Amino acid sequence: MGFISALTEKPWLAQGAGFGVGQVHVIDDETLSETKSIALKIFLGVVSVFFSLFIITFLARSQYPDFQALSGNVLQPFYNTRQLWLNTAFLFASSVCLQLAWLNVKREPAKPRLRYLWLAGLFGLQFLLAQLFLWRTMYGLGFYVSSNPANSYFYLFTGLHGLHLLGGLFVLCKAGVAYLRQGSDKQLRTGIRLCAIYWHYLFIVWLILFGLLVSSPETYKTLAALCGY
Amino acid sequence: MSYQTITDQPELLDHGPSSFIGKYIWSQDHKVIAIQYATTAIFVGLVALVLSGLMRLQLGFPNTFDFIDPSNYLQFVTMHGIIMVIYLLTALLLGGFGNYLIPLMIGARDMVFPFLNMLSYWIYLLSVIILMASFFVPGGPTGAGWTLYPPQAILPGTPGHDWGIILMLVSLGVFIVAFTMGGLNYVTTILQARAKGMTLMRMPLSVWGIFIATILGLLAFPALLVSAIMMMFDKLLGTSFFMPAIVSLGEQLGHAGGSPVLFQHLFWFFGHPEVYIVALPAFGMVSDVLSVHARKSIFGYRMMVWAIVAIGFLSFVVWAHHMYVSGMNPAFGFFFATTTLIIAVPTALKVYNWVLTLWRGNIHLTVPMLFSIGFIFTFTHGGLTGLFLGNVVIDLPLSDTYFVVAHFHMVMGVSPIMVLFAAIYHWFPLISGKMLHTGLGKFHFWVTFLGTYAIYLPMHYLGFLGVPRRYFANSGTEFIPESAQSLNASITVSAIIVGLVQLVFIYNVILTLRKGKAAGANPWNAASLEWQTPQVPPVHGNWGNKLPLVYRWAYEYCPPGVKDDFVPQNIPPEDLIKSDDER
Amino acid sequence: MKLAIVLVILVVGSVIFHFASPWWFTPLAADWGAIDTTINITFWVTGFVFIAVNFFLAYVVYRYRYDKNRKSDYDPENKPLELWLTIITTVGIFAMLTPGLFVWAKFVNPPDDAAVVEVVGQQWQWGFRFPGKDNVLGKTHARFTSEKNPFGLDPDDMLGQDDIIVDNNDLHLPINQSVKVLLRSKDVLHNFAVPQFRVKMDLVPGLITNVWFKPTQIGAFDILCMELCGVAHFAMRGRVVVDEQKDFEQWLAARPTFAETQNQTLGDPKIGQVLYAICSGCHQKNGEGNGALNAPKLAMQSSKYLIRQLHYYKQGVRGAHEQDEYGKQMANMAAVLADDAAINHVVSYIATLGNGDSEREKPSITSGNIDSGKSLFRKCSVCHGHQGEGNNALNAPRLAGLQDWYLKRQLLNYKNEVRGKHEHDNFGKQMMLMANMLNSEQQIDDIVTYINRL
Repeated sequence: MGFISALTEKPWLAQGAGFGVGQVHVIDDETLSETKSIALKIFLGVVSVFFSLFIITFLARSQYPDFQALSGNVLQPFYNTRQLWLNTAFLFASSVCLQLAWLNVKREPAKPRLRYLWLAGLFGLQFLLAQLFLWRTMYGLGFYVSSNPANSYFYLFTGLHGLHLLGGLFVLCKAGVAYLRQGSDKQLRTGIRLCAIYWHYLFIVWLILFGLLVSSPETYKTLAALCGY
Repeated sequence: MSYQTITDQPELLDHGPSSFIGKYIWSQDHKVIAIQYATTAIFVGLVALVLSGLMRLQLGFPNTFDFIDPSNYLQFVTMHGIIMVIYLLTALLLGGFGNYLIPLMIGARDMVFPFLNMLSYWIYLLSVIILMASFFVPGGPTGAGWTLYPPQAILPGTPGHDWGIILMLVSLGVFIVAFTMGGLNYVTTILQARAKGMTLMRMPLSVWGIFIATILGLLAFPALLVSAIMMMFDKLLGTSFFMPAIVSLGEQLGHAGGSPVLFQHLFWFFGHPEVYIVALPAFGMVSDVLSVHARKSIFGYRMMVWAIVAIGFLSFVVWAHHMYVSGMNPAFGFFFATTTLIIAVPTALKVYNWVLTLWRGNIHLTVPMLFSIGFIFTFTHGGLTGLFLGNVVIDLPLSDTYFVVAHFHMVMGVSPIMVLFAAIYHWFPLISGKMLHTGLGKFHFWVTFLGTYAIYLPMHYLGFLGVPRRYFANSGTEFIPESAQSLNASITVSAIIVGLVQLVFIYNVILTLRKGKAAGANPWNAASLEWQTPQVPPVHGNWGNKLPLVYRWAYEYCPPGVKDDFVPQNIPPEDLIKSDDER
Repeated sequence: MKLAIVLVILVVGSVIFHFASPWWFTPLAADWGAIDTTINITFWVTGFVFIAVNFFLAYVVYRYRYDKNRKSDYDPENKPLELWLTIITTVGIFAMLTPGLFVWAKFVNPPDDAAVVEVVGQQWQWGFRFPGKDNVLGKTHARFTSEKNPFGLDPDDMLGQDDIIVDNNDLHLPINQSVKVLLRSKDVLHNFAVPQFRVKMDLVPGLITNVWFKPTQIGAFDILCMELCGVAHFAMRGRVVVDEQKDFEQWLAARPTFAETQNQTLGDPKIGQVLYAICSGCHQKNGEGNGALNAPKLAMQSSKYLIRQLHYYKQGVRGAHEQDEYGKQMANMAAVLADDAAINHVVSYIATLGNGDSEREKPSITSGNIDSGKSLFRKCSVCHGHQGEGNNALNAPRLAGLQDWYLKRQLLNYKNEVRGKHEHDNFGKQMMLMANMLNSEQQIDDIVTYINRL
C-alpha cells in the first residue's frame, strides 16, 4: 500500500476493525527483530544526515583559498593510499564476516556463526587500531589537527566514523557475551542481524569518506560546484 | 511500505514495576517517563521564566538594579532563549506529551523500546544538569545569544566564552543523544505498534503532529550536533572551521580562513525545523482539544494531515530566511522569501479549519477550550507578523529589532504555551484522575491571555521604531523617544504579572493532586482512544488483558443516526444505539 | 459570550493602538520609499486577515455557544470551501511577495554611480575608509592590523596609500549621492544599521558584505550595531552625518590619508620638555599629578589617549560644560599648545616620564569596599584590561594608578552628562552608557578604590 493512497483515505466514511491494516501479528522474536531493524534503519537515516552535513561543510570549506587537500601532489600524505587501502580491507573483512554470520544465523550448530562473529569483532578492532596508527603517522608527519582545515576534517571524519564503529562493537560484544552467559540465541540472532546492517552501512560511509579524503582539489571544485558553491 | 501491527506485547509486562523506585524512578512505563520529562522541563522552564523577568526589569527600569550588568544581562538572554526553545518546549511537547499520548492514542501497551525510553529521560536530565552547571563555573554561562554565533561565542568580550560555551555545547550534544533515543522510539512505535484497525488516517492529529515533529527533529538535530562539534574543535583545538583571521580586542588570533556564515547555515538548518518541532505537536493537540470541547468532528481532517506533512517538508527549505541580512549570497533571498511565504498557505489553512471546526459546533467554554481559542488568536497574530519578516525586503528594517522578538514570542512562545496549558487542563483528568479547579483555571487563562498580549502587541511597535534587540540599554539614541521607555516599563509590569500568575497554575496543580475532586472516566466525553482505557488513570500496560480494536477515526462527534453525541473509537458498530428518530 | 466580546475588543483595540501609536517608523532619510510601500501593502493584507479571522471567530464563539438542546453538525470536510480558501490565501500571499521581490532585486543591485565607502567594525567601535583620489580602496588583511594601522591596510599596496582613514565613530556622507557601503569586521559579527535608512547588513569577519542607499535628508543619524557582538554590544554606536556636498568635501579633506597616518611625525621629547614646564605646575614634574591642585596623574598614560584629550580640550569637546569646573581650567591651559605638533611634542615627553609610582598619592576615599569594587570592575576590564592597563586598540585609556578622586569625578561627569555628551566626543558616549550602570555613590567609591590599588 502506498503512502500516498494511505493519506487520501477518508477515515469518517469506512468503519470496521479490519479496514486498511495489514496482517495481525502475534508478538514473537521475528516481529521484535523486525521492529528493531526498522528502528535501526531510521537511525541510519539520522546518521546519514549527520555525515552528509559534515561532507557538505567540507565541500564548502574546500573552496576557501587556505584549504590544502591531503592528496593531489607527491608531498601530500594521501598521494600514496596504501595504508588507507589496508585499513579499508580490515573493515571490509569485518563486514564480510558479519554477513557470513548472518547467513549462518539459522543453521545449527551455533559454532560457525559465533566464530564469524568473533572474527568480525577482531577485524573491526583491528580497523580501529589501524586508524589510530594512521593518526599517529599523520601527526608524525606534521599534519596537526589545526594546521589546515583539510587535516581538521581528516581527524574529524575518521574520529566520528571510529566512534560509530566503537558503538557497534559494544553492541556486538553485548550480544556475544549474552549468548555465552545465558545461551540467549534469540538475542544473538537479532544482534547479528542488526550489526550486519550497521557494519555494511559504516563500510559504505567509510568508502565515501575515503574517496573524499584522497580526492584532488579539482574533484572538490567539481563537487562543490554541483552543490551550488 | 507495509504496516505491520503488533496486537499484543506480552514481553512488556516483564518490566512491570515492583518497588517504589522501580515504579517512579527507574521506570520504563511511558506514562511515568512522560511525567518525569514534563516535571523536569517545567522546572527548567521556571528558571528561564525568572531569567526573562530579570531581563524585563533591566529593560523596563534601567539603572535601578545593581545585580544586572551587561554581561549577566546577555547571559540571561541566552539561557532564557535556549532553555525555553529546547529544554522546555521540545522536551515537554515530545518527551512529555509525546511519551504520554502516543501509546495511549494508538492503542499500544507502551513504547516499543521501553528501556531506551527510560535511558532517553535520564540522558535528558543529564543534559539539563550540565546546562545548569554552567551557572556555577568561572565566567558563568555563555552570553552569546541562543544562536551561539561564532566567532563571538568563543572569543573574549563575550561572557562565558570559556566554560560557559563548552558546557553549553556539551549539554546540547547530550540533549541530542537523548532526543534521538526518544525520537526513534516514537517513530517506530507509531509505525509498528498501532492497535488493529488504527490506520494512519485514523490517528488523532496529536499523534500526527508528534509523529512529523519527531521526524523533523531526527533530521534537524544532527545539524546542531555537527555545528556544536565543529565549534568545539574551533574552541578547544584551535581549528578554523568557523573562524577567519581575527584581531580580537587588539590581539591577532591563530585562526584563518573559516566561515562564520557556514555556522549560521547549519544552525538554521536545525533552527527553522525546530520551530515546527515545537509547533506541529501543538497544532495537533489543539485540534483534538477544539474538537472534543466543540462536540464536533475536526473540520477537514485530511487537509489537516496534509498540511502537517507539507509544513514539515517545507520547513527544511526555508532556513535562510533567518539570514537575510547575514551577508550570505543575497540572491538566496528570492528563493527563501518565496518558500517562506508559501509555507504560510498550509499554515493558514490550519487556522481556517480550526475556526471552521467551531462553526456549527456546540462550544463548551471549558478551561482547555478557552486556552485553545486563545491560541487561535495569538497564533493568527504571530503568523501574520511572520509574513512581514519572511518577505525579504521588509526584513531589512525589522530584522534584529524588537519586532522579531515580539513575532517569535507570539508564534513560538505564547502560542505553544497556550496549547500546553490547554493540553494540561484537558488531559490532567486522565493523567491524575482528578479535575483541575475550573475557577482558578479561568483566572489563569484570562491573566495569561490578556497579559501576554499586553506584553507583545506594543513590542511590535518598538520594533517598527527600530529599537534593537539584545541591547542592555537604549539610552543615548536620538530616534527613540522618551515615551518608548514608559512603553517598556508597562511591558515589564505586564510580564511580571503574567509570570506571577503562573504560580496560581502551579498552586492549582498541587491543590488538585492533594484534594481535587475525582474526574471519573472520560469526563469530557472524548471519542479518542486514550480515554477508553479500562482503568483511569491507565495502569501499567494500559489496556488490561486485551488490546483495543479500532473501528473508526478519533473524531466521531454527533454522527447522524446515533443517539450519543460521541462514539469512542473502540466501540463496535453493532453496539451503537440508534438515535430516536431512526429507531 | 465574555470571550467573544474580549476577542472583538482585542481586535478593535489593536487597530486603535496601531493608528494612535506614536511609536512608528522613523521618518525616512534615504531613497528606500519602496520598502515602506511594501510594508504598507503587507499591512493592508495581513490587517484584513487579522480582522476577518478574529471577528469570524468571535461570531462563532458567540453564535454556537453551548446549548444542551442542540447537536453539532457532522461536517468532516467541505472540498469547495477548502479549495477557495486555498486559492484566496495564495493570491493574498503573492500580492505581498511579488512587490517584495522586485524591491529586493533593486536592493541586491547597487547603482553603477554609487560612491564607495568602507565601514570597519570591531568590538565595540566603528571606523570608516574612503577610497581617496584614485577611487579605489587598497587591499587589507588581518595580519597587517596593528595599533598604527588599525584597519589592516596592506602597506605595500599603492592603491591604499591615498585611502582616507576615519578612525572614529563619525561618518559623513553627501546628500543625494548613492553610496555602496562595503562592510568588513575585524573580530566578530556586527551589523550596520541606521533606522532612518531602513536597510541593514551584517559585518562578517573574513567576508566583505555590502549595502547601499541614497541619503535624502540633511542631518545626523544614529548608527547602531544590530548583531550581538559581546558585552558592550549595546554601546557600539556611531553617527552618520549627511551633509551638503561642499560641507562633505571640506570634512573629507580634513581627514588624513593612510600614508599620512603612517608617516605621522612623532613629537620631539626635547621640545616637549620645554612645553611641559607649564603643565608641571599642576601635574608635577614627573607627571604624578597632585590631588590638592585637582591634577590627575599623566605618567604612563597612553599617548593616543592624551593626544585625543588635548585635542578635545582645544576644540571645546571636553571642558566646555559649565559644570566642569576643572575641565574648563584645563581647556584654558590646552589652548596654550599652539598646534598639533606642539601637542605631539608634549605628549612624547610625557611618554618618557617614569611610572610615577614612587610619589603615588594616598587614597583620598576611604569608604570604598575593595571586593565589591573588584566585582564591579569586571565589566570595565573587558576594554580597560584586567589590570586597568588600557587598550589602545579599543581606545580605552589606562586606569591603573589614576587617583581615586579623579576617577570618581570623571565617572560622575559621565553619569551627569557633563563629559561625553558632546557630539564630537566619539568614545565618551560609550563611557556614558557604561557609567550609567553605577547606581550609587557607594558603588563608585568601591570601584575607584579598587582601581586605585591596581
